Amino acid sequence: MNSGDRHVDTEPGRTAAGPGPDGAHRALADLPPGARGRVVTVTDDGSSRTARRLRDLGFTPGTVVEVVRRAPLRDPVVFRVKDYDLCLRRAQAACVRVVEVRP
Amino acid sequence: MTTSCHGVAGEGEVTAGQPRFALVGSPNAGKTSVFNGLTGLNAKTGNYPGVTVARFVGVCRTGGDSCLIEDLPGTYSLEPISPDERITVDVLDGRVAGVARPDALLVVADATTLRRSLPFVAQVLARSLPTCLVVTFTDELARRQGTLDVDALGEALGVPVLAVVGHRGRGVARLRDRLAEWGSWPTPVLAPPTDPDEVDAWAESVLEFAGYRAPERHRITQRVDAVLLHPLWGTLVFFAVMMLFFQTVFTLAAPLQGAVETVFGRLSELVSAHVGNRWLSGLLGDALVGGVGAVLVFVPQIMLLFLLLALLEGVGYMSRAAFLMDRVMARVGLEGRAFVALLSSFACAIPGIMATRTLPSARDRLATMMAAPLITCSARLPVYVLLIGLLVDPSYHVGPFGAQGLVMFGLYVLGAVSAMLAAWAFKKLGDHRGGLLPFHMELPPYRLPSPRSVLVMMWSSARAFLRKCTTVIAATSVLLWLLLNLPLHSAAELRAAGVDTTDRTAVSAYEVDHSYAAGLGRLAAPVFSPLGFDWRVNVGVLSAQSARETFVATLGQVSAAQDPENPARALRTMTYPDGPHAGERVFTAPTIAALLVYFAYALQCMATVAVLRRETGTWKWPAIAFTYLTGLAWVMAYLARTLTVWLGG
Repeated sequence: MNSGDRHVDTEPGRTAAGPGPDGAHRALADLPPGARGRVVTVTDDGSSRTARRLRDLGFTPGTVVEVVRRAPLRDPVVFRVKDYDLCLRRAQAACVRVVEVRP
Repeated sequence: MTTSCHGVAGEGEVTAGQPRFALVGSPNAGKTSVFNGLTGLNAKTGNYPGVTVARFVGVCRTGGDSCLIEDLPGTYSLEPISPDERITVDVLDGRVAGVARPDALLVVADATTLRRSLPFVAQVLARSLPTCLVVTFTDELARRQGTLDVDALGEALGVPVLAVVGHRGRGVARLRDRLAEWGSWPTPVLAPPTDPDEVDAWAESVLEFAGYRAPERHRITQRVDAVLLHPLWGTLVFFAVMMLFFQTVFTLAAPLQGAVETVFGRLSELVSAHVGNRWLSGLLGDALVGGVGAVLVFVPQIMLLFLLLALLEGVGYMSRAAFLMDRVMARVGLEGRAFVALLSSFACAIPGIMATRTLPSARDRLATMMAAPLITCSARLPVYVLLIGLLVDPSYHVGPFGAQGLVMFGLYVLGAVSAMLAAWAFKKLGDHRGGLLPFHMELPPYRLPSPRSVLVMMWSSARAFLRKCTTVIAATSVLLWLLLNLPLHSAAELRAAGVDTTDRTAVSAYEVDHSYAAGLGRLAAPVFSPLGFDWRVNVGVLSAQSARETFVATLGQVSAAQDPENPARALRTMTYPDGPHAGERVFTAPTIAALLVYFAYALQCMATVAVLRRETGTWKWPAIAFTYLTGLAWVMAYLARTLTVWLGG
């Protein structure tokens, strides 16, 4: 995806992280609590509905998301996106591809 | 329902029928408090055709006129991903049979999350209906150092914008005035973009124009969540809250219950002292005061439980509990919010079933509704207390625990485990056409709910319970009393049967044994005799069909005990009057075990059936629930009896 390259470019420190766009992206679900990521793209998990709903909830490209905390059994996870706290299961959070942002 | 005039009414003036407004917004935007503020508490609930989505319509007075407000299901988008969400869109487009297209729209958006809500507002504005934006939680925005110029926002959007602090009632009067002049609301000169790639930039420019500064993070919420959602402390607090919940059921409410009991005892004495006529006194004293009183005793407890639930919900803990329990609920295919619905069911299945409205998926809602009646509700409590009292000696202990308490605990566990299994089965069997919905849930900041909103929430739950007491249970008690006392027997008839007419107890025993109720109880014998029930127990079980608590009052009446409120003594020694077991004790351990298990499973609650009908919109689901639960009750009771007989050697 081209939008991915664009965002990688805005993060000069991250360009070396991987050769292609996918190398720089990480799944939001893989970020530890406290980390922040800028949304690059939202992928499908088999149905287009998940991607659409995640966008409705505020996971639009360019938005910065913070991982707030995980539930005691590691799932679900609370994220802070567009000024509010939202909890998603890891399976859904895996659809959001981000580049990590250093605070 | 009035058919709408589709905006052809004259400018600013409504000529035909009442104008209809639809409230749209995301689930936590404060839509319901705006709706309650506008319509008072007189909302009519119904159902949308074809889906299990509750429909709320209320009347709002605007000056001398009135209008209809419809509270549409909360949604994050007008691009639906489930059949339930489709309803909102279909109503806006006038595609729902029997539901006219609204004349104008009220979009409700939380001021603290405007950045997320504006794309939704853009989608609504694209519908080209007269629209007014209602911004809520502006007080909270200001408290958290955020800013918003409401008038500038209106200018940027091209539609009227009003700030309403719904739960404090601020701004509602101005909104009412605005509704009256809906015909002259401005419309946007340029429709906002709805293309996902452009809408973010549009939203940013609008927010900038409106001088919007997002609120600071709510520091209290951050600190409290650090504890309440902590892997260790959060789990401990969660169990502490659950303990408090059950302590309310068993300890806190006890003195209040005692007080209600005393009042009804007095009332009963008054009736027997002042009403001379035996029939009238029996009908008033035994049937109404005794029957309804036996149930109203549980009002303090139910009220306290509802108060606790409303407080936990209002403060924001319920979504945290749902967050903590999501993983556990996922094991049976449900999500965290289903836990909240099942928790409410410990008070009463009715608010539990109503709480399933918060579940976005229809399949989850149905599975939870089918499971909710299995949770040990407070109506089972009097029955359990009575039967356990007959089964287990109060002095018997297992280690430090009283054996009676352990049996009670076991029944609660049985109910909860069965409910989870039932939910799992219904989720598996359910309609798979809708597919799975992605799970998401907002964690709103902790808020101090206004006393009014807590009381409103408590009252709306308690109302259903009180209505059950005054209608279903009162009617059942009276009917039962009549069945037990009819037909009449003349003195000659009694003498002919060898009854000493001067002995009140003997007469009453003969009358009860030859009543219509006895006939009915004997008729049910083929069904219930494998479980060890005699006709009197059958009458109790049949009368409890309308409401479980009635069982206690019925056995009191049936056993013709001196004290109908405490039939335990008379019951303990009750024997089979006839049949193959004549002379044997009725309440043996196997029979009591069967009864307890029967009550744990059977759907003996008219009010629950009615709520299932209302929430699902068809008779199909209450019929399924009734059949499977009653069948399961019989089978499990039979197993319990067999097991107890086997264990007893």
